[in-house]
Amino acid sequence: MIAYILRRTLYAIPILIGVNLLTFLLFFVVNTPDDMARIQLGVRRVTTEAVEKWKAEHGYNKPRFYDETAQGLGRVTNTIFYEKSLKLFVFDFGNADDGRSIRHEITTRMWPSLALQLPVFVLGLAAYVSFALLMAFFRATYLDFGGVVLCVAMMSISALFYIIGGQYLFSKVWQLVPISGYAGGLDAWKFLVLPAAIALVGGTGASARWYRTLFLEEMSKDYVRTARAKGLAETAVMFKHVLKNGMIPILTGVVVVIPTLFMGSLISESFFGIPGLGSYTIDAISAQDFSVVRSMVFLGSVLYIVGLLMTDLSYTLVDPRVRFS
Amino acid sequence: MRGALVPAILFACGLAGCGRVWNDPYPAEDRGKNILYSAFVDRPKHLDPAQSYTSDEYDIIQQIYEPPFQYHYLKRPYQLIPETATEVPHPKYYDAQGRPLPGDADASRVAYSEYDIRIREGIRYQPHPAFARDDKGEPLYLSLPESEIRSRYKLSDFPRTATRELTADDYVYEIKRLANPQLVSPIYGHMTEYIVGLKELGDRLKRDNDALVAAYQKRYGVSDPGRPWIDLRGYEISGVKAIDRYTYRIRVRGKYPQFVYWLAMPFFAPMPWEADKFYSQRGMNDGRNLTLDWYPVGTGPFMLSENDPNSRMVLDANPDFHGEAYPSEGDPGDAQAGLLADAGKRVPFVERIVLTREKESIPYWNKFLQGYYDSAGIASDNFDQAVRLNLEGEATLTPEMEERGIRLRTSVATSTFYLAFNFKDPVVGGLNERAKKLRRAISIAVDWEEFISIFANGRGIAGMGPLPPGIFGYHDDAEGYNPVVYDWVDGKPRRKPVAAAKKLLAEAGYPDGRDARTGRPLVLYLDTVGRGPDDASRLNWYARQFAKIDVQLEIRATDWNRFQEKIRTGNTQMFFLGWNADYPDPENFMFLLYGPNGSQDGENKARYEDPEFDRLFEEMRNMENGPRRQAIIDRMVKIVREEAPWVWGFHPKDYALSHTWVSPTKPNKMARNTLKYVRIDPVLRERKREEWNHPVAWPLGLIVLALALLCAPAYVTYRRRERRAGKPGARTPSGAAA
Repeated sequence: MIAYILRRTLYAIPILIGVNLLTFLLFFVVNTPDDMARIQLGVRRVTTEAVEKWKAEHGYNKPRFYDETAQGLGRVTNTIFYEKSLKLFVFDFGNADDGRSIRHEITTRMWPSLALQLPVFVLGLAAYVSFALLMAFFRATYLDFGGVVLCVAMMSISALFYIIGGQYLFSKVWQLVPISGYAGGLDAWKFLVLPAAIALVGGTGASARWYRTLFLEEMSKDYVRTARAKGLAETAVMFKHVLKNGMIPILTGVVVVIPTLFMGSLISESFFGIPGLGSYTIDAISAQDFSVVRSMVFLGSVLYIVGLLMTDLSYTLVDPRVRFS
Repeated sequence: MRGALVPAILFACGLAGCGRVWNDPYPAEDRGKNILYSAFVDRPKHLDPAQSYTSDEYDIIQQIYEPPFQYHYLKRPYQLIPETATEVPHPKYYDAQGRPLPGDADASRVAYSEYDIRIREGIRYQPHPAFARDDKGEPLYLSLPESEIRSRYKLSDFPRTATRELTADDYVYEIKRLANPQLVSPIYGHMTEYIVGLKELGDRLKRDNDALVAAYQKRYGVSDPGRPWIDLRGYEISGVKAIDRYTYRIRVRGKYPQFVYWLAMPFFAPMPWEADKFYSQRGMNDGRNLTLDWYPVGTGPFMLSENDPNSRMVLDANPDFHGEAYPSEGDPGDAQAGLLADAGKRVPFVERIVLTREKESIPYWNKFLQGYYDSAGIASDNFDQAVRLNLEGEATLTPEMEERGIRLRTSVATSTFYLAFNFKDPVVGGLNERAKKLRRAISIAVDWEEFISIFANGRGIAGMGPLPPGIFGYHDDAEGYNPVVYDWVDGKPRRKPVAAAKKLLAEAGYPDGRDARTGRPLVLYLDTVGRGPDDASRLNWYARQFAKIDVQLEIRATDWNRFQEKIRTGNTQMFFLGWNADYPDPENFMFLLYGPNGSQDGENKARYEDPEFDRLFEEMRNMENGPRRQAIIDRMVKIVREEAPWVWGFHPKDYALSHTWVSPTKPNKMARNTLKYVRIDPVLRERKREEWNHPVAWPLGLIVLALALLCAPAYVTYRRRERRAGKPGARTPSGAAA
């Protein structure tokens, strides 16, 4: 298993280089270092000299990929791409373009993101699987039909509607919870309960419908017919056999997102004033802060790769037939 | 069902712990305290006074840093008064040979102006670890080994703090920081034209910094986030020096009366060298944000005690504040408005300011209505809920707002938004009659009154020239209307009819919107940044304005970066821009049309150039306010109205709301250090919050009931199926006969 993990870790390196290269190319197609300097310096009384000084101070006054004036390896190393990318691989994110530490931001902002995403993930998984199992249990009845219609309706509604509607009802009209804000420690619960509930409800349609399909597929298999033929109760068939075997494809989609729970939610965090990594990323994109954007993309990629690895490892736990090779 | 009940009961118990009000976003222990609550939208980029240059940053640092001068809170026109200084100095003038000149000397004779600024004795900095000393009197935290810094993450991890007296050297130190190449101060380039020796200092610092940084990077690596400290005390600047402990002198090239306004901005606030050195120690910025940009050090009424710009920023009253009295004089009407009720009392009135980040307008507005913010602006979405316009066009509060005792303050911003023509463009640019008449025709056709009504909820006034209200030179009477675009009818300006615009267009050689020489339709191009669906209606409106005179308008939408680049390089025909006043002087607006400022880096984005205007500007900019200056300004305004390098757009009106427990406040467009004058009644606020926030719990029960009802049919069906499954001939769930 260790050899497998090591091999997968080595596979990740070219992927991360590729992701980094792509981020770099996409970012610098839209923005030049001059643009970045002017965004940071503002639009008033900015001179070309000030722009040059800013670029020099932030390391953007070098060639992007290849330095023709340098010698030997310096042609590659004396470039923006090399200098800004290499340290990412040891998780040294450096400073944002406004001079502030990205590591500090990530380590402080990941907790509010996790505080919101973790309950949504755990409760959501339980609720969606239960709902999907119920629909599968009552398949081809009005209950199943009603459930599918409800799922499609919920999928069709924009996430913004849930957020604004939830804020309107629970915070403005019924005044049950603060409409936005955040506090550390245990005080966070009253700020998180509404966005978490909204995220839970908002994700019901798509997830429950997908899980239902997985369960129905399982239910058509021979082992289920055999279980029924030997006289097992339908509940036993569903919970002991179908659920267990249906979890394998569910794991594919679920385990992979566990590490990315730290990355937060882009929309919810902005609307509810939660200072997580999602709102940090949005801020960085709007401020054209390349240092933050590339760090967040890199971090997201790493966490996604970790998630995929965890998924593969989890297969061996739930399905003894799966072996590492 | 039981599973749903347990969290609901826990949730209800948790909320019950919040007291009578459940939606209070603040800690329970803060209830009833003398705290001012407000919000901010964008996180400030810089809190270092040498770098900060935006209004949202100034909202914070002007409560902390104290330049020598400030604007009088109540008096209009805006008036400079001392902040830490003993008085606002009159400059001394010298000719090229160093001989003193009289105060009214002609600008052409003045080679240098000197400002001697004396600060008050006994002013002290806020408590800060940079000032802490050990038992032997040596600085405690200024030469820390890196290993000690590694274990500290917040300013409070340095347990000992101290203060020290403010001296003239601190002001000199900050002026030197403007030239520090590690900081990139936005006004460095501009100030090198005026402050004697600043450019030379900047060049020297650059050389030394390059050598220091090279040595530093050789030792710690290229990517080390730290920077070597440059001890600016060891550098002289020929035009700035401390004369004694409390007096410093600034020598400025030529006559530059506006310089004194710059001295009211945080760029010229004092900076103790200890703070600079403290934060420059290696490791302070390595993942810790222990920097001057994050933790300011000032002498002002407040100090930043919590800085989490992602969530909230907290300013506490500075225990070492030197004290300042609320103004005893104001404008006529200020006393009746309750603005002098606190005259002579010591400020600040609140013990703490809590600024919470609100990125979206809906939560911001609702929290204001629930009493959790003491004041708020009005977003377009909420305008109709808050304000209604009467028949005279005056803004008044809606009954709902009046019932809550909310107050409305309106004020015209010292800003201008304009549609500029590129003066180098062969069609719309230049001083020739053809282009001039075309620009005038467009100026009449673009109906800014309609724009303000549709897109700004009436919050603005149409521009009559480059100067906004509140700036010397602006006329708010019949003399101030623009006769090129308006007629004076029934005691007020009325936009000329479209026919007048069409006539001008025909005279320009474009009858019915076609070039008389070629017969081709006239197509003009507007560069803009708006591309989204929200901008579509505004861009359509622009096109309709031009269509009124049969001119086709092509919108060239792009992103902000390309838009800026196009303007910089002159690759545009028309564009929309704005300008906020740095200081309340007409020079700060007229320079936007001064020919020599039409370079790539200059602020004359239209590249307008008129020899007479430029000559008058050079004369006007160095004059004191008075009838002669007014006459020159009137002449300049007349020239630009006739030549119409801009379509004089509009000056926005700011609307601000505050609750009844907040003392009356007066909008001050120049000063942002006015939170010290705000008083609140926390007892009344607490009462109102309880009155306005009653939790309604029954919907929670309803939701639980609805969930139970949803489960019921499933349970019934399940039971029925279980019973049927045992009977002969019953069908299994898979459909096969049992």
